Amino acid sequence: MPAKKNATARPFYGMPVLDIVDDTVYNIFNIRCTILCYEDGIFAMEFHLTIAALSGETRALELEKSRLYDVIILGGGPAALTAAVYCMRKGVSTGLITMDFGGQVAETSSVENYMGYKYIEGIDLVDKFREQVRQFPIGISEGRKIAAISDGAIKHTTLDDGSVYQSRTLIIATGKSWRRLNVPGEREFTGRGVAYCATCDAPLFSGKRVIVVGGGNSGIEAAIDLARVAEQVTVMQFLSQLTADTILVEKLRQYPNVDFLYEHEITEIKGAQAVESVTVKNRQSEETRDIPASGIFIEIGLLPNSDFSRGVLEHNENNEIIVDCACHTSCPGIFAAGDVTSVPYKQIIIAAGEGAKAALSACDYIAKIHD
Amino acid sequence: MPLFNDEIKKQLSAIVSQLENGVTIVFFTQEIECPACSDTHSFVQEIAGLSDRLTLRIYDLVKDSETAARYGIDKVPAIALLDNADNDYGIRFYGMPGGYEINSFLGALLEISGKKQPLAAPVAGRIAAIKKDIHMQVFVSLSCPYCPGAVSTAHRLALENSHIRADMVESTTFPHLMVKYNVSSVPKTIINETHELIGAQPIEKFLDILEKI
Repeated sequence: MPAKKNATARPFYGMPVLDIVDDTVYNIFNIRCTILCYEDGIFAMEFHLTIAALSGETRALELEKSRLYDVIILGGGPAALTAAVYCMRKGVSTGLITMDFGGQVAETSSVENYMGYKYIEGIDLVDKFREQVRQFPIGISEGRKIAAISDGAIKHTTLDDGSVYQSRTLIIATGKSWRRLNVPGEREFTGRGVAYCATCDAPLFSGKRVIVVGGGNSGIEAAIDLARVAEQVTVMQFLSQLTADTILVEKLRQYPNVDFLYEHEITEIKGAQAVESVTVKNRQSEETRDIPASGIFIEIGLLPNSDFSRGVLEHNENNEIIVDCACHTSCPGIFAAGDVTSVPYKQIIIAAGEGAKAALSACDYIAKIHD
Repeated sequence: MPLFNDEIKKQLSAIVSQLENGVTIVFFTQEIECPACSDTHSFVQEIAGLSDRLTLRIYDLVKDSETAARYGIDKVPAIALLDNADNDYGIRFYGMPGGYEINSFLGALLEISGKKQPLAAPVAGRIAAIKKDIHMQVFVSLSCPYCPGAVSTAHRLALENSHIRADMVESTTFPHLMVKYNVSSVPKTIINETHELIGAQPIEKFLDILEKI
């Protein structure tokens, strides 16, 4: 839903005012007036309805361990789901293994550059993708993480519960996920002060001191969401300047309760039951000190979900799977597509196109085996 | 002044028209010291007005304390959902299910009415095998797009197994519970006061914990 102009909001049950962002299109969530707001002087409740698609018929099946599939697709985002549709239409036996559907698109509030839709909510686009896949009798395994893959005439995919699936080809489209700091305390305090979704968790930090790690677009967007509710927001940046778009930085600078720490990094997150302070290091002077904070929002970009293919496939220095222009990896019969690969520009429409290409390459490969 | 404008009302009507059977909305309120009660009251009234298949019953936590005790309601505003034979599956909403949470509320209405997506056979088997009493509290915020997923999963588990109860808890409405359970990221699910699950995890991850209890 496009952000509305000129609307004002009221506080809701002690929650500070959520004002409405302007027409700037943000990639990840905006805080919009999601609860109750005045619109032209009238109370209006804003809902994010995403539930209408229940009626779609599904022919999807369970993935079978005993079966040798022509193609198994790993992932559930636009690359994987497009590959699934192409494979099913080509008539090769296909399985799909994913933790969940949608990948990063499911976390994106608005999509305005996927052709055919001037505007669509990320979650709605995912529903449409999923429905298009589930009209086919494709084998699906949902909810398990991929632990390992193996090379050979028959590829084996092992999941974190030990189950193994077999296929003649693999299409890896596992995308990227939020990068962690990897400092002591981060994992322990996740959900106890360490947070990765500012839109979700900002209301919980009303009147508190928080730190946002990362000076890119997602970091600055998070800081804006938090500055509305928190007592004090500190933006911590590894580099000597912010890398976010100017328009976002200017917006953030309007809030008086925001300060910036450049060339600093977090070395430890500390507390008893929940986060109480963080240790920060000045990257120039190497000096360290503790800053009190009850929330740490980590917005330092994305990492490819490619660990399970290390040692089997060639990766580049960013740990992305190296592919050629037909989505071949370094290993015959294994193809890759979307954000997990070395292809430049991570976009939904590019991932979808790459997924189609990987599927066609995989189908070619299978046709040659069967010849 | 109605909460729903015509546009939203139209969308909501289209969704509740998919209800297969009747659902009863049992709403608990309180006259004083409940700032969220009056808006939630309007919310359930307007929702119930959208379909003949929806029945609304309203109780007061203090005046109707026996009824509240029967439904295990200890805070307001609270909503319990029952099927057309008044069966209580332990599905609760504490605080107003507005914002993104409207999706989990509508989803629960549809599922209790009988409009359910089938579960995969291994998952259904694992749910049926749970014999211990389970109480899940899913803490949410209304601006959290992932939260309805966690709430719906917990509610589906409650719907499928009579040993399981599941609450949505709107965090900022119940700040004392936020403190008690250390809620600083949502969704966060507290299970039987002893286990917790962070994030909108798939049903298998919920089951991994339920099976340990």
